[in-house]
Amino acid sequence: MGALYILWLRELKRYLRSHTQIVASLGQPLLYLLALGFGLGPVFQRSGNGSYLQFIAPGVIGMMVLFTSIFSGIGLLWDRQFGFLKETLVAPVPRLTVVLGKTLGGVTVALIQGTLVVIVTLIAGFRPGSVAAIPFAFAFMALIALVFAGLGTAIGSRLQDMQGFQLIMNFLVMPIFFLSGALFPLDHLPKVLGAITTADPLSYGIDGLRGTLIGRSHFGLTIDLAVLVVIAVATLTVGSYLFSKIEA
Amino acid sequence: MIRVQSLVKKFGDFTAVQDISFEVQQGEIFAFLGPNGAGKTTTIKMLTTLLKPTSGTVTLDGLDPQREQHEARRRFGIVFQDPSLEWELTAAENMEIHGVLYHVPRKLRHERTEQLLKLFELWERRNEPVKRFSGGMKRRLEIARGFLHTPKILFLDEPTLGLDPQSRNQLWNHVRHVNETEEVTVFLTTHYMDEADRVAHRIAIIDHGKIVAQGTPAELKEQTGTDSLEGAFLALTGSSIRDEAAGSADQMRQFVKMWRK
Repeated sequence: MGALYILWLRELKRYLRSHTQIVASLGQPLLYLLALGFGLGPVFQRSGNGSYLQFIAPGVIGMMVLFTSIFSGIGLLWDRQFGFLKETLVAPVPRLTVVLGKTLGGVTVALIQGTLVVIVTLIAGFRPGSVAAIPFAFAFMALIALVFAGLGTAIGSRLQDMQGFQLIMNFLVMPIFFLSGALFPLDHLPKVLGAITTADPLSYGIDGLRGTLIGRSHFGLTIDLAVLVVIAVATLTVGSYLFSKIEA
Repeated sequence: MIRVQSLVKKFGDFTAVQDISFEVQQGEIFAFLGPNGAGKTTTIKMLTTLLKPTSGTVTLDGLDPQREQHEARRRFGIVFQDPSLEWELTAAENMEIHGVLYHVPRKLRHERTEQLLKLFELWERRNEPVKRFSGGMKRRLEIARGFLHTPKILFLDEPTLGLDPQSRNQLWNHVRHVNETEEVTVFLTTHYMDEADRVAHRIAIIDHGKIVAQGTPAELKEQTGTDSLEGAFLALTGSSIRDEAAGSADQMRQFVKMWRK
C-alpha cells in the first residue's frame, strides 16, 4: 500500500513541479479550441449542426486527457533512460504494484490536465447542458485516461529509445485523436472512415463526453461506457503484463 | 550465500558471459574485477533478477532469482553503476521512496536518512532537486540510498566511480562496518585495484566473459608472481585497452545535456 502511494505521489510531484510544461501542454488544445472552434464555426453553423465551439469543446477535453495519459505511460521510456526504472524493478515490491502506482499517477495527472482544459473551454464560451452532467463527464475522462495510460504503459515497456517515440506519436497518437470524432461528427461518414472511427477507442470516450456535456451522442452512453470499460481492462492488463516482463 | 554454476548470457551472436561458476560465502566481501566490457555488469544483472540467463543456475540465499523473483528481491540491495535516481525530486524524497519500497519503518527511515545524508555530506542540500546536483553528489546520494535498508546481500557495481578520495574512504569504511556488524554479504566490482586489495576477502577476475582467476588477494599475487593486485590483474588480463559501445542511455543523456545548456 505504501509503495503504491509513494509511486503515485512521485508522478504527481513530478507534474506539479514542471510549471513550464503545464503551461506548454495547454497550448495545443487552446489552439484547436480557438482556431478551429471559431474558424470553422460559421461553416458548421450554416450546415445546420449548431455551434462548433459547443461541439469541439468535449473533443478538446478528450484530446488533453488522451495525450497526458498516453505520455505518462510512455514516460517509462524516460525512467528507463534516466535509470529510475531499475530502482523500481529490483525493489521488493510486486511489479503489479509498481505499474499500478505509476498508472494511477498518470490518470490523476490526466484528470487535472483535463480539468484545466474544461476551465479554459468555459472561459472561451463553452456551456454544458447542465451542472449535473459534470460528474459524469469526469467519469468518462477517467475512463479515457485509464484506457490510454494502459496503452502507454504497454508501449513504454517495449520501447527502447527516442526514435520509437516519434513513430508512436505520428502513427498512433495523432491518428487516434484525428480519427476519433473529436473534430467532426461521426454521422454520415464515408464507409472506410466510419469503420476506422468505430474501431478507435477514443471515439467512445469523446462520444461519452459529448453525450454527457451537450446531450449529443452517436453510439449512446451505455455503449460508450461498456466499450471503454472493456478496453480499459484490456489495455491495463496488457500494460501490466508487459511491464512485468521488462528486463534491464 | 551466492552460488553461480555454468552461467551463460548471450545477446544474439555475442556471448557476454561464458560459463562462469563461483560461490560467495555468507558474510564475505567478494570483489568481481575485470576490464571494461568483461561481463561484470551483465553478471550482476543476472544475479539481481534484471536479466534472464541464457543457461546455467544462480542461487541467492537458496532462491532462484528468475523463478522466485519477489522473494529474491527481498534479500538484496544494489548500488547500480549507472544513475538510477529520480532527477526531478529532492535528495530527501529519493531516500523516502527507496525507504518505502524496501519496507523500512517510518521512524527508522527518517533516522537513517539523516544519518546517511550527513555521512555523505548531503544533509544541507536534502531539499534540492537531484537535477541540480553535481556528478559526485548524485553518486554519493545513490550510495547513501543503497545503505538505507539492511539487505542480506549488497551489490555494489563500481560504486566509487566519480567519487573523491574522502567519499571513497567513507564508503569503504561503511561497507566494512555493515559487513562486520550486520554480517551483510558484499558483492562488488571496481576498477581500483587498491580498493579491492584493501576491502575484499576474496576476488574473482573476469575477462571476455570468463573467470580467469579466483582467490584471496594474496593468492592472486602469489599465483602471478607479482607484488600488487594491479600487477596480478594486468598479468591475468593483458594490457590492451577495451571499449564498451555507448548504450542508448548514454546517448540520451548526452542529448539531454545539450538541451539543458
